[in-house]
Amino acid sequence: MVKDNRLSARLWAFANWAVIGFFILNLFGMIATVVTSSFATRWLGTWLPAGWTTRWYSSAWDEFQLYDILSVTFQIVFLVVFLSGLIGVPAAYALARRDFPGKKLVMLLFLLPLLVPPITFGIPLATVLYRAGLAGQMSGVVLANLVPTVPFVILVMIPFIEQIDTKIEAAARVFGANTFKLFIYILLPLLAPGILAALLLVLVRTIAMFELTFLTAGPTSQTLVVALYYAVFAAGVRAVQSIDAMAVIYMVTTLVWLLIALRFVNPTQIVARAKR
Amino acid sequence: MTSPSSSIDPGPAIPLSQRLAARGLDGLTLLVVPAVLFLLLLFIYPFFYGLFLSFNPKAGGTLANYQRFFSDSFLYGTIATTLWLALPVTVITLLMAIPIAFRVRVMKHQRLLTTILVIPITLGTVLVAQGLLSYLGPQGWFNRTLLTLGLISTPVKLLHNYWGVFLSLVITGFPFTFLLTLSYLSGVDPALEQAGATLGAGPWQRFKHILLPLLLPGLAITFCLSFVQAFSVFPSAVLLGAPAGPTRVISIAAYQAAFEEYDYSMASAVAMIMGVVQLSIVVAVLAARGLLYRGPAGGGKG
Amino acid sequence: MTIHAASFRELRLDRLSRDFGTHNALKDVSLTIQQGEFIALLGPSGCGKSTTLNIIAGLLPATAGGIWLDEKRIDPLRPEERGFGMVFQNYALFPHMSVTKNIGFGLKMRGVAKAEIERRVGEAVALVRLQGQTGKLPGQLSGGQQQRVAIARAIVVEPPLVLMDEPLSNLDAKLRLEMRAEIRRIHNTLGATTIYVTHDQEEALSLADRIVVMRDGQVRQVGVPEDLFSRPDHLDVAEFMGFRNKIAGTASSVSGEHATVAIEGAGIVGRVRNTVTPGLAAHVAIRPEDLHPVAAGSAGIKAQVISTEFRGREFVGFARMADGTDLSFLATERLAPGAEVTLAAEPDRVLVYGAAA
Repeated sequence: MVKDNRLSARLWAFANWAVIGFFILNLFGMIATVVTSSFATRWLGTWLPAGWTTRWYSSAWDEFQLYDILSVTFQIVFLVVFLSGLIGVPAAYALARRDFPGKKLVMLLFLLPLLVPPITFGIPLATVLYRAGLAGQMSGVVLANLVPTVPFVILVMIPFIEQIDTKIEAAARVFGANTFKLFIYILLPLLAPGILAALLLVLVRTIAMFELTFLTAGPTSQTLVVALYYAVFAAGVRAVQSIDAMAVIYMVTTLVWLLIALRFVNPTQIVARAKR
Repeated sequence: MTSPSSSIDPGPAIPLSQRLAARGLDGLTLLVVPAVLFLLLLFIYPFFYGLFLSFNPKAGGTLANYQRFFSDSFLYGTIATTLWLALPVTVITLLMAIPIAFRVRVMKHQRLLTTILVIPITLGTVLVAQGLLSYLGPQGWFNRTLLTLGLISTPVKLLHNYWGVFLSLVITGFPFTFLLTLSYLSGVDPALEQAGATLGAGPWQRFKHILLPLLLPGLAITFCLSFVQAFSVFPSAVLLGAPAGPTRVISIAAYQAAFEEYDYSMASAVAMIMGVVQLSIVVAVLAARGLLYRGPAGGGKG
Repeated sequence: MTIHAASFRELRLDRLSRDFGTHNALKDVSLTIQQGEFIALLGPSGCGKSTTLNIIAGLLPATAGGIWLDEKRIDPLRPEERGFGMVFQNYALFPHMSVTKNIGFGLKMRGVAKAEIERRVGEAVALVRLQGQTGKLPGQLSGGQQQRVAIARAIVVEPPLVLMDEPLSNLDAKLRLEMRAEIRRIHNTLGATTIYVTHDQEEALSLADRIVVMRDGQVRQVGVPEDLFSRPDHLDVAEFMGFRNKIAGTASSVSGEHATVAIEGAGIVGRVRNTVTPGLAAHVAIRPEDLHPVAAGSAGIKAQVISTEFRGREFVGFARMADGTDLSFLATERLAPGAEVTLAAEPDRVLVYGAAA
């Protein structure tokens, strides 16, 4: 941008920063409220709680059976990550390297699940999965979650693969690599950073994916975010602090993976997935 | 071919596999097949299944579900309710996002800010709803601060009404809109703005004549994506809003039909209607976008 | 032709500096440019030539120093208030505007009446020979045509000063020659004062009235092309201008314009370019095309041939001295690798630089 030091420009800049500052302040206020409450003995009508305790964490752990929920969550998430990589990366490779009749249609097929919100396609999808007897168990949840993540991996990987020079593969062929060796020695090392980034993003998105899991999960296949929803929905049954403790556990789970993912990707990539 | 009328030798026959390869179909292309099959099975098939199901109601004729939807204000009203949330939220977040994205684009510690903003997206609507439940409450820090500053005399009611849902949509929607806008903006070559300046264009003229026209197609996409997200609001409408009244959004109607009345046929009909409304807004915006310049936003060749 | 440059007498850069953190990108650059001059800022990448241009355009603030257009100080002005024309390296054409709109943009910003814009754009289009292309978008034009649009866009506003930032670097070799002639022709037609940034010495030599050689953020030498080509003031400038053979030795004697440098026992005579003190270290600089093999036993630099390449009319030879210095020279015949050669040049074609350089 070209520098501008006039008063009007400065006022406008100040207004912009004020908006973003106000937004971040409230965002942190909201998060801090949850964290504070989870450590509070009693917190009613004051700025800060009457006292501090960690007992809500152990009671939340037992009341909500968080051990089971966390293990279910991670089983589902890792299955989704693994399968979306397995299905998505080869497809992305084919799409990046080949032009074939109907390619536009195939691209549209991969774009749609990312453009249509999960709740819209989730209801017919859940219906089908219930009819097939898969909903209510882990396999159904995994299948439902794969619907947006497979296209996500494909769309993240295509530009990444395109920027790898095809001459490198040609060179490997010339020097005698067969398809398998080409894949192991050339493609995998070259694609690894892209795959890692795509799969980490899938991981973060799947932990936080509420709608699809909510629509297809049964009592034994709930992930953390769905359990959290039910706990908040049935507020009054449990102590608020206990729910907040669970929320903190959820936040930590998500944000740790987010921080890991951000070592490899740019924050804008988390939303800017479907460019052009 | 042994047609007597043709005296030209067709040459040795080319194997089918090579002819296919010439059109881009070979072993490598087949790698796309599992993904295509998967999505046909779990995205396209359920859609048509739902469409079919919606025309096979539990009771009544083919169109009974749709007739019921559009004759019951408790059902058709959800469209207006949802639009009344989604449209203002999308417009406001976009209007906030554009100038801020312009400012942040030239900022040095851009990554810190984008990281902070990605947090609410990552946490998701359920956690944001749960957090706002305490934060915006009558005893929450938000009302407390306003009371202390003397801006209000009694706590503002921000929960279990329109505003609770509205604010939660802004908290998750603004970062989304902002990051999308920022990524489109960073695709515009900064030399174009500099060229504008050396040709005598002031800041407002540079925005109006150069940046905005180049950005509009991207902003149209951003608008669509943000709108579609806001339109499918669900957990926060239940947790922060008044799901029986003012914030009974269309996804609640669909959910109730499916999982409370177990009327999958009706639920599918509502989901189809939801999809049609989203699609028509998106199509309208994209049709307008078709009138805009859509080439590369770089200043050089290629 | 009614497009003409707005008039002023001189543009003065006064001790311009710019810091990037601790590192100086530009240090005390002073320069006076007369109206109508074509000035080339020449130097390797990172020498500060583009920084200087951007500071003149107002796209970068200087951290110290000032810019005067006659008596008016212009460095506090924003770029849009300076009224200069600029041609960018990647052209920076507005991709969503037609050729006509691109060229007319500056006039529109100045609030010129529609009919007048139309007339002047028409003249500019004719000047850069783009008739028939005016309705197209930049993306539909070839590189050379885009270049012409960029030039037309810069000159149509009749700027007192036209700034060009490596405008030919994106074109292929043939087109580059063609556009070089074109830029010279347009400059001759309009007489607009031009500052032209390039890293290509041939481009600078052929286009400029005066060349400013920059290095490490400083001006090393200012001069007309002929002077820079044959009489560079510094050893590094000499190397950059094509005196590719740089040989270290010890100055043995100085007499008037000439000095003798002892190199591995032989005395090489050349013209003194700075202070040369007998007994102290000195360098001689010789262009490859001035260095030839001479009969064994005559005065010259001894080296061992590495290879020779055929270049059509003559051979280019590569040789290495005993101390490892690589030399290139012209030969009339192919020389056997490994052979000993003695190389010498006309004293007037040899430059001698003292250790201070």
